[in-house]
Amino acid sequence: MARSPDRRPGFSRRAQYGIFTGYVIAVAGFLAGAGLLIVSIVNPQAFSSVRGAASEIARPAGEAGAETRAAGQSVIAAIGAYFQAGRQNAALSREVAAARANALTMQALEGENRRLKALLGIVDPQMKPITAARLIGSTAASARRFAVLSAGTSQGVRPGQPVRSAAGLIGRVIEAGPGTARVLLVTDPENVVPVRRVRDGLPAFVEGKSDGRIAIRLLNMGNNPLKRGDVFATSGSGGLYPPGIPVAVVTEVLHDGGVGHLASDPAEADFVVVLPVFQAPAVEALGASQQAAGPAPEASEGGGGN
Amino acid sequence: MPFPRLPDLPSLPRRPEDLVPQRINRAPSPLVASGLPWVSVMLASLAVYSPVIASAPVVPPLAFMVFLAWRMLRPSLLPLWAGLPLGAFDDLYSGQPFGSGIVLWSAAMLVMDTVDNRLLWRSFVADWAVASLLMTGYLVLSAGIAGLAAAYPLPLVIGPQLLVTLALYPLVTRAVALLDRVRLLPLRTV
Repeated sequence: MARSPDRRPGFSRRAQYGIFTGYVIAVAGFLAGAGLLIVSIVNPQAFSSVRGAASEIARPAGEAGAETRAAGQSVIAAIGAYFQAGRQNAALSREVAAARANALTMQALEGENRRLKALLGIVDPQMKPITAARLIGSTAASARRFAVLSAGTSQGVRPGQPVRSAAGLIGRVIEAGPGTARVLLVTDPENVVPVRRVRDGLPAFVEGKSDGRIAIRLLNMGNNPLKRGDVFATSGSGGLYPPGIPVAVVTEVLHDGGVGHLASDPAEADFVVVLPVFQAPAVEALGASQQAAGPAPEASEGGGGN
Repeated sequence: MPFPRLPDLPSLPRRPEDLVPQRINRAPSPLVASGLPWVSVMLASLAVYSPVIASAPVVPPLAFMVFLAWRMLRPSLLPLWAGLPLGAFDDLYSGQPFGSGIVLWSAAMLVMDTVDNRLLWRSFVADWAVASLLMTGYLVLSAGIAGLAAAYPLPLVIGPQLLVTLALYPLVTRAVALLDRVRLLPLRTV
């Protein structure tokens, strides 16, 4: 097939000028885009209001999609359950018996914990959830990992607040519009969460790898104490995430840490809960002191040698 | 009332042209004829509001593929500067730093213009090859820009996404070709 000859204007001045203007606008658009790109890399929040307005407009489509997701999953789950009903019933009965025993132990421990905290004079802040909402969209084609939440500032959602599902941590709010908010998922490389191993409190932090898994880095170097199947939960350090929310399960042990899978896959979460910032005064004080101190001093070339 | 049997149901016509029975004294609606490419690309940008909440980049960049397919099928339908508004719209939803879509889509339009001047003969395979190069460049540069914005080295997680994208492109061109026939339906009475 030969290409179409419609780009040859002939002797028409008007058509020639039209094509020339097209080139000028295209190149100008490229340059303007490059400028906007630099602005948004230097200051990621620069265009948040435009993005917020855009997701407000697309919100009905996202909510319809979220409904479909819940319905589709329940259909598949129902078909699966039909095939495994007997085996599942036996397994669940065993699990319930074990869980009942565990629950009694937990109640006893909780009571003891409360008494001990009262003795020490520690007051836990009120952790009343701010709102429950659906995840209505995600950046499935980009290497960044954001999701869009169907609640915004009118429900009390503010940037910085942690988001969790029933199974574990989802991420934190980074931009909030009137009726939608943008959530930075735990799998985004920008999201660093302080955690501890549930079994013994071993401190670590997790960092997204952008491919659905997360990297677990230990604070103490030395021989690697991680085992496959270790569960990590938030530690409450940093004051942003409340302690005790499951984050990751170790699936692969590396020489200086591990790689884990999410405790809560955002695709399976029907509803998510937005929580208040765990220690808001502490986070504010930290931000203020960082602002007051200015950027970290760069290592000078002459002074650092040894 | 008995349940309608399958042959009784009104069936969709096999060709989009059959949707409009009368063709005499009718012409394509100018709004649909020139607006459908823009609307279809913008709807593809909204595909992130799909039921799937992905924790890894797995979905092909549908909007860019539709955009490229329109450009290949009808080279003069979208103006040369169409990457500016359509890329900006895609940036609002894609999660990339704002501006990356504008830059990459505008660059793709300029590259396609050069390709049109160089390749005198076009074929399915040549189109697919050019589109594959453009989409690979788009995905790699997008991931690079995203990595730059997250201050994280380029994550090599786009491999599966890239393969799906390259394999899916002919299907997208078929869908766009169908839309092109819908675009020119004689809807307006003259």
